[in-house]
Amino acid sequence: MREINIPINDEIIRSLHVGEPVELSGVMLTGRDAVHKWMIETFIKKTREPVGDDLQVYEEIRKYLQQGVLYHCGPVVSGLETREYKFVAAGPTTSIREEPYQADVMKHFNLKGVIGKGGMGVKTLQGCVDAPGVYFHAVGGAATFLAQTVQKVLGVYKLEEFGVPEAMWAIEVKNFPVVVTMDSHGQSKHSLLEESSRKVLDDLLTRPY
Amino acid sequence: MRDLTNEILELIRRTSSSLPKDVEDRLRASIEKEEPGSAARGALETILKNIELSRANSTPICQDTGTPIFYVHYPEGTSTRKLREQIKTALAEATKRSYMRPNAVDAIYDKNTGNNLGGDDFPSIHFEEVDADQPLVIELMLKGGGCENVGAQYSLPDNKLGAGRDLAGVRKVVLDAVQKAQGKGCAPGILGVSIGGDRGSSYIKSKEVLFSKMGTRNEDPKLAELEERLTKEANEMGIGPMGFGGQTTVLDTKITGLHRLPASYFVSVSYMCWAYRRRKMTVKGQEVEYD
Repeated sequence: MREINIPINDEIIRSLHVGEPVELSGVMLTGRDAVHKWMIETFIKKTREPVGDDLQVYEEIRKYLQQGVLYHCGPVVSGLETREYKFVAAGPTTSIREEPYQADVMKHFNLKGVIGKGGMGVKTLQGCVDAPGVYFHAVGGAATFLAQTVQKVLGVYKLEEFGVPEAMWAIEVKNFPVVVTMDSHGQSKHSLLEESSRKVLDDLLTRPY
Repeated sequence: MRDLTNEILELIRRTSSSLPKDVEDRLRASIEKEEPGSAARGALETILKNIELSRANSTPICQDTGTPIFYVHYPEGTSTRKLREQIKTALAEATKRSYMRPNAVDAIYDKNTGNNLGGDDFPSIHFEEVDADQPLVIELMLKGGGCENVGAQYSLPDNKLGAGRDLAGVRKVVLDAVQKAQGKGCAPGILGVSIGGDRGSSYIKSKEVLFSKMGTRNEDPKLAELEERLTKEANEMGIGPMGFGGQTTVLDTKITGLHRLPASYFVSVSYMCWAYRRRKMTVKGQEVEYD
């Protein structure tokens, strides 16, 4: 299987097409609902003032996101009391909830990849064309398996404020398996399947009971 | 009354980390239907590896350890108040041991309680009294948020789908729900369908029906036939594991019928992801059996 290292350059991004399985290695950041809302409100649309450690965290995460990968994941982590963190279970969460924010977040941080499950919509697909970037689909529910690709937890941000599932975890992974389902050429496996399954459904609805 | 906290903790551990055999068997059988080298087959292979690893390591099958839904069948005279406390203590301990992710978030203040306990409704506990000579049985289902979010409720008639107030109409709306879910509920899924009731009871029953084993058919031949037909037709849509495209979208369908008001005809669909986590413990004297 093709292996890709993070950070990822544009040339590699453009060589990726929907349906291709790849393995990712390098450092990525987790982030889901609370993180996207926080990024947009505090730093992109600036509808709220940075407070507490916001600015400091922003500087820290920027370096991970530059040509990097954001993983939609709310992990189970052990070692919370000793701070010797270990990823126990870490599969993808449903990505579509970040649809209003994702393209802007990709652009702002120069993100090259987003990992999640279930796919995303037209706004993010356009974001993938513009960046250029790709959407990687991980196997939903395969949490123990995917946690084993995590070699090391490098740090965690907003743990107290957002809680374990919603915090930003910087993790080093090795051979993290994904499938490209949205590419930088405007193709989406999800919209293709939505369309083909819609046709079958229309036909099923006309069948007699 | 005996303290069952440790036994309930064991029930939680088993439920979160060890997928029931009947579900695993179905997943294993579906691999052969997918083309070698396809993304669909790859997803199923990863799923099966994950099932084995999580069982061996006592780690969660899925990081979304879901809403803990308990059904307690207690012999007459048992204190449900004490049982509720024991369930809560066991759940907090299971969270500490990483069998469970802290999953209870205050909806108003966005604060995660950190121990899976939140108000009177988290976890969700249903009590049902049985005769005094019957054993205490506790069933647990963990249902993740991804699949819960693609659940759907229809109020028939549905003109857009041409679905009337009969089983033909039920068939149409259930197929619509599967198409709308795509791979987002972590396909291949299992459908719990409830017909009738009010909006609340209808949704509750659509989950309750998921406690039965794979392949369990409704005793009413009309419903049994519809269960099989829905599974087959859902798979014709080609959505496949994870929505990668493929032959296996739905592993099984379970239907139950309720009474309804003359004015209402609800159909509720609870979509259960492939990580179909349900276990049962039975207390017989000093012995506790798990299955």
